[in-house]
Amino acid sequence: MIQDTVLVVTLVLMGAIVAAFLFVAINAKNDGGEYAPIQGRAYAIRSKLFWVLVVAGVLITTVTTLDLPYAATRGEMAGVDKQIDINGKQWYWEIADTSAKVGETVVFNVSAGDVTHGLGVYDQDMRIIGQTQAMPGYANSLKLTFDKPGNYKLMCMEYCGVAHHAMVSDFTVTE
Amino acid sequence: MNDSTAIAPMPGSSKLAILAYLGISALVYVLMMVLGLLMRMGQANWLGLPADLFYQIMTAHGAGMVGISGLAGSAVMWYFLRRYVDLTVGILWANLAFFLSGVVLILGGIFLGGYAGGWTFLFPLPSHGMGLWGPVGAACFLGGLLLIGVGFLLLYLDVARAIISKYGSLARGLGWPQLFGNSDETPPPAAVVAATMVLLVNITGIVAGAVVLVLILVNLFMPEFEVDALLTKNLIYFFGHVFINATIYQAVIAVYEILPEYTKRPWKVNKVFLGAWTASTIMVMAVYPHHLLMDFVMPTWALVLGQIMSYTGGFPILVVTAFGALTIVHRSGIQWDMPSGLLFLSMFGWAVGVVPAVIDGTIAVNNVMHNTMWVPGHFHMYLIVGLVAMLFGFKYYITGQDGKPGMFDKLAFWIYSLGGVGLSVTFLISGYFSVPRRWAQHMPEWVGLSQPAALMGAAVALGAAIFAIRFLTSLKHARAV
Repeated sequence: MIQDTVLVVTLVLMGAIVAAFLFVAINAKNDGGEYAPIQGRAYAIRSKLFWVLVVAGVLITTVTTLDLPYAATRGEMAGVDKQIDINGKQWYWEIADTSAKVGETVVFNVSAGDVTHGLGVYDQDMRIIGQTQAMPGYANSLKLTFDKPGNYKLMCMEYCGVAHHAMVSDFTVTE
Repeated sequence: MNDSTAIAPMPGSSKLAILAYLGISALVYVLMMVLGLLMRMGQANWLGLPADLFYQIMTAHGAGMVGISGLAGSAVMWYFLRRYVDLTVGILWANLAFFLSGVVLILGGIFLGGYAGGWTFLFPLPSHGMGLWGPVGAACFLGGLLLIGVGFLLLYLDVARAIISKYGSLARGLGWPQLFGNSDETPPPAAVVAATMVLLVNITGIVAGAVVLVLILVNLFMPEFEVDALLTKNLIYFFGHVFINATIYQAVIAVYEILPEYTKRPWKVNKVFLGAWTASTIMVMAVYPHHLLMDFVMPTWALVLGQIMSYTGGFPILVVTAFGALTIVHRSGIQWDMPSGLLFLSMFGWAVGVVPAVIDGTIAVNNVMHNTMWVPGHFHMYLIVGLVAMLFGFKYYITGQDGKPGMFDKLAFWIYSLGGVGLSVTFLISGYFSVPRRWAQHMPEWVGLSQPAALMGAAVALGAAIFAIRFLTSLKHARAV
């Protein structure tokens, strides 16, 4: 899952920052003498760090924007097996169809009848596999392919009032 | 570095106003932390918190934390900026009066009027209380925010006036002649550069916030006055993002001014520094679409821009300010005490909190992390361990509590910092497990994640309470320069 990659990258980068601050904190009480040489070395490291971040940022941006989740909302429905209209209301989902078959690519056309909601699709392990906002006056189309059978949950991801946390519906994927 | 002996002492009214800002903020931070703790205890099933009360507390916690951070951050900025420009103390008091009036309205709207629409008042939720609140409760909340905004607008206009009077223009306040031209003049001090950036983004943000608040207020009583939900969302997140980020950009002036005093090394205002602040001015305003990455109807270019700005926005922080703090402290022979320790901690908290924020700014990541606990995970890191540590470091500094820290101070430092990191990490782990944010009641499989979070939250509140008590009981020692 993408969450695993996110966690690992986050921990590595946060760990690097922890190490840098610990290194400086531990050595801070030593008097290093003249500031200029220390500053010069630091600026050289900073310059390298800057370019590493620039190159990494350009590469990551290029790779991660090749496949954006917005195509279905722009009307691109190639390869879509089924479209399901979903309307969010305080505090339930109106769902045109609550099932799909394994391997099907489904587009959820999501809107809202009163306030802004958020449709989050959770798999049988209660991990989110995709989401979009549900907003009055607009329709967002969320495209998902269901690879595994089971009971999925459609949950509200945008705070919508006092029973927000109870806005949960079932969605079944069969063989 | 500033020679504080050459700086004229603050007049009594200025000093009193600054201490009032800081004293109120110390108390409100502790109170808001207790509210946060109650929410986490509710999610941990350790406290029977009815859903309506949970969401009222959530609304108060969010609005309270953002508002008080703005107030405290502006006090830090004003305290140092007055060393270089002529600010109006009457405006400082007027802002406090507007702020307190707004707070009364907000608390009334929430706890008497029942308003629980979240501090982000996402349209059209304020007019859909479903019996929990009516238009009067919502109007009190929104009107309170508007009053607070008016006060801050006056304050930043006065800051703009003072900087233009001294330096000739806001471009000069940002050091553009030195950055883009061949000027040999000494660039403005770091405090002036930062304050210029803050006033530019905050005046723009507050005006956007005021526009959307008025639109929603009119709609509350005249539903036939239709307002576009996506437009209001853009305005709300623009205002909200700018305002909360500007709190840190104001408070970081304390780092620029105080760490050089400790290390006897200057915080050099060079082209890189000036370039970073000019870049931040643009990026803080341009990055807000990263809050709308799951609004698929937004133009694709705006959403991709949100991702790119999220990446580049981290640069000035990590590469210039945090790196600058590390450089100035490294092998400096610094004496670790409460001000220097908390300020150094704050730079760590800010830098480390940026990491999960930037990663969540990736559209593919946001698709599974948006509105999960990952989001409060990153901002609790850079607000608790970053901003609030920065502010309490300044509070120790201004009350002359430098030198060897006492046992309670040391204890509070470690309880607070470890609790803050722990609380933020538990949020992030919950986000990794897809736990949604802003849920009053958690599913059984998530309760185990909230229990350690509640313990960490208690540690943070305890540490902050000790900081606050130490500050409030040391006010008589407060310095005037």
